[in-house]
Amino acid sequence: MATGLRYVTERRGFLATALISPAVLFIAALVGLPLGLAVYLSFTDATAGSLSGRWIGLGNFRRELHDSIFVDAIWHTFLFTVISQAVVIVVAGLLAHALVHRFRGRWILRFFVLLPWAAPIALTAVGFLWFYDPQASILTWFLVKLHLASALNHPTWLGTPRAAMSSIITVQAWRTIPFATVIFLAGIASIPQEVDDAAAIDGATGLRKFWHVSLPLQLPIAIVAVLFGIVFTATDMIVPYILTNGGPFNSTQVLTTWAFQTGINSGNIGEGAAIALFMLPVLAFVTIAMLFFARRAEVT
Amino acid sequence: MRAVLRQRLFQYGVVVPFAILLAFPFAWMAITSLKPEAQVYDPAKVWSFSPTLANYGFLFHHTGYLRWLKNSSFVGLAVVLITLAVAMPAGYALARLSGRIGRSLGVAIFLTYLVPPTLLFLPLSRVISKLGLEDRLWALVLVYPSFTVPFAVWLLMGFFKTVPQELEDAALIDGCSRFGALVRVVFPISIPGILTVVIFTFSLVINEFVYAITFISSSTNRTLTVGVPTDLIRGDLFNWPGIMAAILIPSIPLALVYNAFLNRFITGFTGGAFR
Repeated sequence: MATGLRYVTERRGFLATALISPAVLFIAALVGLPLGLAVYLSFTDATAGSLSGRWIGLGNFRRELHDSIFVDAIWHTFLFTVISQAVVIVVAGLLAHALVHRFRGRWILRFFVLLPWAAPIALTAVGFLWFYDPQASILTWFLVKLHLASALNHPTWLGTPRAAMSSIITVQAWRTIPFATVIFLAGIASIPQEVDDAAAIDGATGLRKFWHVSLPLQLPIAIVAVLFGIVFTATDMIVPYILTNGGPFNSTQVLTTWAFQTGINSGNIGEGAAIALFMLPVLAFVTIAMLFFARRAEVT
Repeated sequence: MRAVLRQRLFQYGVVVPFAILLAFPFAWMAITSLKPEAQVYDPAKVWSFSPTLANYGFLFHHTGYLRWLKNSSFVGLAVVLITLAVAMPAGYALARLSGRIGRSLGVAIFLTYLVPPTLLFLPLSRVISKLGLEDRLWALVLVYPSFTVPFAVWLLMGFFKTVPQELEDAALIDGCSRFGALVRVVFPISIPGILTVVIFTFSLVINEFVYAITFISSSTNRTLTVGVPTDLIRGDLFNWPGIMAAILIPSIPLALVYNAFLNRFITGFTGGAFR
């Protein structure tokens, strides 16, 4: 009997299934089921008070597509994501190339660069609320000292639509740069020394070497980092929620904050779920792109 | 010689300005946290002020801060334990499963990490209320593994791939069962990797905001990330120096640990995919 049991537990297939299934069940229950429930809720008029909603088909989607706040929110989400991540790519690319070789002071400088990623963003975003304070903004103080603005006529960082959008984009870029830098660094470090040497022997130097040798080799990993940045920007609400909560006049309303306001603050869970589902195309795009580039990265 | 000089110029020229830019907010937070409350709005006291620790005292004695710190730590520890229990066996099995199924399953689990809380918080809020867990920390303990487990499975898979198969084979020859080899040989060697997972899982939990603000309504049950923005700001007074102190206290230790474990994190994070 004991040996029979032993025989079963020692079979690879059995052991693998036994070890993996708790994780799979956990994820199915905590991600799969809610995702299905989200889709179901989006077709109902469920509210926070009533326990079950009535099936209303595409009603929520139709209503949202005719709502200018929602349509603007899609545009704002796009701007927020694309501009912040474009800044991230440029800055993180520069930083990664500058940090890859040893030099005096690298440890402490890398520590400074990492800070925005390591600190909880929900807390540091509150810090930015203070830097953008209408009366005592340190940013305004610098501008005034540099004679770029006068004490009486200076930007209200979160007060006007354009300034508010720029402000939240800045914070989002600030918090994403360290992560992208770190992964870019890993990409550069993964290039074998022999490739570098071979390129040098063939006379490739500077920008030419970068463009024809280093860049193509580190690109797959870098793209994975950028895809992460896109997902975590397009689907995260912390920065806009804390800094502007969608304002002024819904000018920084993004999909996530609008879903939260509709679903939680106004209690229209069905409609909120429908809004949130508009994030799925971004997720699908990123997933497919990631699968594609992860395979490319493996081949090189 | 000139090439070296040019490289140094590029390195310092890029890194120093950006490091200052990225770290400046923390310096300004530290300065603000040491100012007497009456001086934070005073344009003459931007750099010259009389430093005080009173704001830290206020934070500890007159707000719910310590309570939130305790709540966050409790949820963090509970979630780390659940995550390790579920993710360690799975990460190991996926690292050892050769062929397409193992790889596809690993990638599939990882992709669930991309499903954001902002998509799941509405349906989950109904589940939580059906379970009677509204406004309880257990709601967070239940829900947080939804993103920590995929993340941890992926990292652990990367780490376990670096453990040589021969070590296990040797243990099997010495009479260990497969499971015994796992517990006695593989896990002990992987302690640095497991520690990395503990740290990054814990920090994911400390960072989480969307679920915490949706499920928790009373001040005493708040976690750090929700307590600081809601109770110290939208409460009756804007204690800016106190808020700055509240931000710095968890941020600085987290940053130090991040820095120490960064290289291991990268090994695990990219190791799962690019090996």
